[in-house]
Amino acid sequence: MDIAFLLNGNVTRIPGDQATRPLLDFLRDENHLTGTKEGCNEGDCGACTVILTDADGGRAVNACILLMGQVHGKAIRTVEGLRGPDGDLHPVQDAMIRHHGSQCGFCTPGFVMSMAAAHSNGATDFDTQLAGNLCRCTGYAPIIRAAEDAATMPIPAWMSEDLGALPSAGISTDDVAIPDCIDELADWYAAHPDATLIAGATDVGLWITKHLRTLGPVAFLHRVQGLDLLDFEGDEITIGAGVTVSRLREEIADLSPALAEMLRRYGSTQVRNSATIGGNLANGSPIGDGAPALIALGADIHLRHGAARRSMPLETFFIDYGKQDRVPGEFVEKITVPRAGFDRLRCYKLSKRFDQDISAVCGCFVITVADGVVAEARIAFGGMAGTPKRAKAVEAALIGQPWTEATVQTAIEAFDTDFTPMSDMRASAEYRQSAARNMLMRYVLEDQGAAVNVLEVTP
Amino acid sequence: MSSLARPLPHDAARLHVTGQARYVDDIPTPAGTLHLAFGLSEVAHGVLRGIDLSEVRNCPGVIDVLTAADLPFDNDVSPSAHDEPLLATDRVHYVGQPVFLVIADSHLTARRAARKGRIAIDPLPAILTVDQAMEANSRFEEGPRVYEKGDAKAAIADAMHRLTGTIEVGGQEHFYLEGQAAMALPQDGGDMVIHSSTQHPTEIQHKVAEAVGLPMHAVRVEMRRMGGGFGGKESQGNALAVACAIAARHTGRACKMRYDRDDDMVITGKRHDIRIDYDVGFDDAGRVAGVNFVHKLRCGWAMDLSLPVADRAMLHADNAYHLPTCRIESHRLKTNTQSATAFRGFGGPQGMVGIERVMDHIAHHLGLDPLAVRQVNYYSEAGGPSAPPPPPESISAKMKTEAVQTTPYFMEVEDFELHAITAQLADQAGYAARRAAVAAWNADNAVVKRGVALTPVKFGISFTLTHLNQAGALVHVYSDGSIQVNHGGTEMGQGLFQKMAQVADASFGCGIERIKVTATDTSKVPNTSATAASSGSDLNGMAVRAACEVIKARMAEGVAAYFGCDARDIRFVGGQVSDGAGREISFDEAAQRCYEARISLSSTGYYKTPKVAWDRIAGRGRPFYYFAYGAAMSEVAVDTLTGEYRILRSDIIHDVGASLNPAIDVGQIEGGFVQGAGWLTSEELVWNGDGRLRTHAPSTYKIPACGDRPDVFNVELWSEGRNREDTIYRSKAVGEPPFMLGISALMALSDAVAACGTGYPDLQAPATPERVLAAVNKVRRG
Repeated sequence: MDIAFLLNGNVTRIPGDQATRPLLDFLRDENHLTGTKEGCNEGDCGACTVILTDADGGRAVNACILLMGQVHGKAIRTVEGLRGPDGDLHPVQDAMIRHHGSQCGFCTPGFVMSMAAAHSNGATDFDTQLAGNLCRCTGYAPIIRAAEDAATMPIPAWMSEDLGALPSAGISTDDVAIPDCIDELADWYAAHPDATLIAGATDVGLWITKHLRTLGPVAFLHRVQGLDLLDFEGDEITIGAGVTVSRLREEIADLSPALAEMLRRYGSTQVRNSATIGGNLANGSPIGDGAPALIALGADIHLRHGAARRSMPLETFFIDYGKQDRVPGEFVEKITVPRAGFDRLRCYKLSKRFDQDISAVCGCFVITVADGVVAEARIAFGGMAGTPKRAKAVEAALIGQPWTEATVQTAIEAFDTDFTPMSDMRASAEYRQSAARNMLMRYVLEDQGAAVNVLEVTP
Repeated sequence: MSSLARPLPHDAARLHVTGQARYVDDIPTPAGTLHLAFGLSEVAHGVLRGIDLSEVRNCPGVIDVLTAADLPFDNDVSPSAHDEPLLATDRVHYVGQPVFLVIADSHLTARRAARKGRIAIDPLPAILTVDQAMEANSRFEEGPRVYEKGDAKAAIADAMHRLTGTIEVGGQEHFYLEGQAAMALPQDGGDMVIHSSTQHPTEIQHKVAEAVGLPMHAVRVEMRRMGGGFGGKESQGNALAVACAIAARHTGRACKMRYDRDDDMVITGKRHDIRIDYDVGFDDAGRVAGVNFVHKLRCGWAMDLSLPVADRAMLHADNAYHLPTCRIESHRLKTNTQSATAFRGFGGPQGMVGIERVMDHIAHHLGLDPLAVRQVNYYSEAGGPSAPPPPPESISAKMKTEAVQTTPYFMEVEDFELHAITAQLADQAGYAARRAAVAAWNADNAVVKRGVALTPVKFGISFTLTHLNQAGALVHVYSDGSIQVNHGGTEMGQGLFQKMAQVADASFGCGIERIKVTATDTSKVPNTSATAASSGSDLNGMAVRAACEVIKARMAEGVAAYFGCDARDIRFVGGQVSDGAGREISFDEAAQRCYEARISLSSTGYYKTPKVAWDRIAGRGRPFYYFAYGAAMSEVAVDTLTGEYRILRSDIIHDVGASLNPAIDVGQIEGGFVQGAGWLTSEELVWNGDGRLRTHAPSTYKIPACGDRPDVFNVELWSEGRNREDTIYRSKAVGEPPFMLGISALMALSDAVAACGTGYPDLQAPATPERVLAAVNKVRRG
């Protein structure tokens, strides 16, 4: 069965056995579309950015870790397809020339694709939109000037031509499945329990490009209806495992500015457009940012194996480093989160660089205060142990105490009971421990109205 | 009016934004092209016992695998000391050293196969740190280099105040967006054509010729553009080009190699990290009486360019400050790590951080405004050619020696511009008011502290290896009036080609659209220097102009003969050639008529920098033709709970002389500042105890992202700028100097941290949030 998609407007088909081939290789090696560049081959530099379009619209993604199976039924536009039919420049291309936004030019195709995607979507938060595109020459200033200039120009008509992407059917073979509904996925995965599930491929992509692994049977989840459920009604919100981080960030912003702000710094625009919340959890990484926030909120994870379903508190899903409570053939279907905690959620993501950096420590807190006394405390950390983990001793030291600096000063001693972090290239153990303590202090000071966020300080 | 000094876009801007600009990896390959990958050492130091390549050879698609024993001629890719084998011989010297070379039918096959080699190594103790190297006396050169002016020891001892301290400054990965790449195309009779992403085509030619046993005339190297270089492609491309040539000779097929990003970062050299110990004596005003610096640079396993890098660190130990007495001792340490190499500034930034730290420390100690301390130590405004004439009474030998102060290497500073630049910047950016505002904020806020700093840059321009200060050009005027310009410089994004086109246009007045600057090619201009040391426009611009002026003079003769006038009356303006008295023809027609009159319309041009002479062992002379100047003021905000911070605002005034292209120059300054700030803040290289680099991809090595540039970023060219020396249209080099404006960010962080208590922050670099928090804690302890 073929994988079919639109490439710069042309229907393109490749055999299904190439489903795990990165799109970038297909573009450059086979189609001689060398405008899309390989900068890092791991989704961190954005030189390979292309626009992927489907019924949900167009969005920037990294072609180096986008696998061919993921583009089935979608439309891909590369820099070669950004100009109009008569060769007219897209407004962002024109602005980049006028504002001297390119120097060596190698990152430029990726930038113009991210800029064009933002332009089409009316997004003007350029520092965030372009956080996934690295430039080593310009210092970014002229690129931002170009983006701001182009934002005043209309969207070219030709940019809407990708919208009704390619009609196509699901695929189901022993090696490759691209199912259309959850039941179909459940059956296929139960029958192929050793298969690899691929949603955004923002991690699995690296197994291919960096670890040079061949994956065996794979199922792609991007077409699975129902897996993208997002339901904010009632006391408990539901997040389908296939919901992208971009979509969650956008839709949860009203309910939880704190979570949305943390997700703004999760990966980059391109990564968030691909990555799913289910992948972030099922992956089991001790430094993923989704888990500590959801654990602090008291989320449950819902698993499915064939027709069987079970659920558990998210924190118990993470058993040990690299080990989760999930059997072969079982997958994450959704996450449910009590609405009650969102008001008091604070997320502190700490990394060497604010944008697009993996957390050294990610501390998430829900501390409920009644009459000045801590009524409830749920605190979870990433980066402090082999799994995302709650700070139960700290919680215990807080509950029933007045919510003051003095209480925090005492309670933070309990971090030594909860965590023995490690040293690595992101941070030393000592720094992790002291930053974690200070995050709790930041929360109480923030509640008292102190200015604690350098991101909110203006020149 | 010619295009000179106009803010034209980069010559390839349209190709960049449409994806049509071609880099080495984009060049269509001949059928049957093979792809290469290195098998790498996993051990930092050891004796190579054997290499089992059976699994590598068994991989489908592998054509052959080569080891050192298979190499036909020289096994060396070093730019200097012949100490860098392409493939390891009896020993391995760092984790990542190439040991064998896989030749396969695809890039992926080669990479996959390269991981299947089994390399048997008997480990030896590895020297990884500065301390280990000092203890083992593991170094290049026989001992430390020492430059000395006056008796610093005595001056320090006699001074009213004395401070000592140490700052460690980390290295820096170039992170050119385009990784290293090369392709070799075998030709008739074994000749080679090489495409290489290199700043130094002539060296590629030289190393390839040695490696395949050919004279240099049999090897042609072409370079159209790099996707960034920053010094990382001055010598680090040698291995790929040589490997491709050897494999092409071996197989008779085109061979291509590019490093995957992780391999690139693991294999290639980076900026030298440095530890600087300082001991300084000064008076109540903060005026330095004497300073003693000890530089310890980690050079890695091979010499590469470490000696001139370390020299340049010493040559910038003064930065903008007159040091009446000074001693600089420089240790070039040999370690089992990547061989550190050229990187924008070439050691200068490291040396400069040392004296800027000293100024910061002195100001903190005396409770003075750091800018006041800096200014009181500035070199005096000295009389260069364009300076106002000195008052009559100062024209005496004694006064002259006092007026023209000298550097620690006895070069007279004749063109010092920083008094005016600093005053203008402090005024425009509101230094005094904002310092007060920062103090007020810090009094009111316990968690977020602000800091501000204004730091200067004085950077020496010229290759310190004097013979490199030469360049050639080749210019053709075709009979249709179109012009092809070629020169020895390479285009890595810095806009050199556009500047050269503007220089040619300034001669011919023909309109820049008639001029095409073509790929750097060793068969067009021979024996070139690397495009490095900020020299590209200075050297090649003069060579291009020389070639253009030769042709122009010939054309003037030809057109004068046609007009029947004197050649001295002929003018080339606005695409026309005229006699100044009403007769004119188009430039195109002039070219055609000159051709028909049998006038040569092709010329080479050549230039060598005057005045430079330098003894690097004695530490005396004039290594630099002139200095480039600039100043930056940065303001930061620091979260004292976690050490996180942001650069809120930076204001810069930078001296590019009379700019050849102000848009390109501003671009160099903006980009240089952000790259320099990145070096000192988020960019941290981490090796583990086995000598393995743990930060070998952008996931772990963090160059500045879009949001890391200052919120408010005002960059201005110094309006008074005009080179006092006779450079190309009185412009100044701009590639490296602005990088060091980033030091203002580090000093602003130090200022913010200092607001947490009474102690000196002693902030180390890169100032990651972790190091900032450590400094906060130190200040709080008092």
